[in-house]
Amino acid sequence: MRLAADIFLLIGGLFAFLGALGLLRMPDVYTRIQAGTKAVTLGVLSFLIGIGLLYPDWWTKLLCIGGFVLLTNPVSSSTITRAFYLAGVQPWQQRPDNTAADQDQ
Amino acid sequence: MTLNFLETIAYILIGAALLLGLIRLLIGPKAPDRIVAADTMTVITTGGIAGMAVVLGNVLYLNIALIYGVLSFVAIVALARAIEGKRS
Repeated sequence: MRLAADIFLLIGGLFAFLGALGLLRMPDVYTRIQAGTKAVTLGVLSFLIGIGLLYPDWWTKLLCIGGFVLLTNPVSSSTITRAFYLAGVQPWQQRPDNTAADQDQ
Repeated sequence: MTLNFLETIAYILIGAALLLGLIRLLIGPKAPDRIVAADTMTVITTGGIAGMAVVLGNVLYLNIALIYGVLSFVAIVALARAIEGKRS
């Protein structure tokens, strides 16, 4: 039982770390917010499952926290992305080298 | 309870994720980058407070994690409304 809980905790920590790494490495606001939302939601849910395997008496409150994270994190991410789009934040586009040289002139 | 080796690695990964989010929050070129970093950091912190309940062995920290999640959701939606209202 302790080993299964440790595996879930490790998966949760790894996905939270990878989501934050994507937040640091991605080139744009929109790509950053999708990396930071999906991976971190999965990581936190797996972390909460691991805690529930460590302490099986706490499952009601952990279910409340997990359901709340699963419901509200995509909603807040979608709301804030829509606000960015309506406020006029441009998406990132990789330009070829010749057109970039033309636009610099 | 005392943590064994694998649990220590998991907690260190959570702390490293918070550190990377803090770096993006500090060096973000514009305001939307900082808001996205703050949104991600609040979700990771919710999991981290639940992990603190395990370390300290007290179930009351789960209530703190739940209230922290509710307040962060309200804060992010209010920020989004503020950005969206600046347009019109």
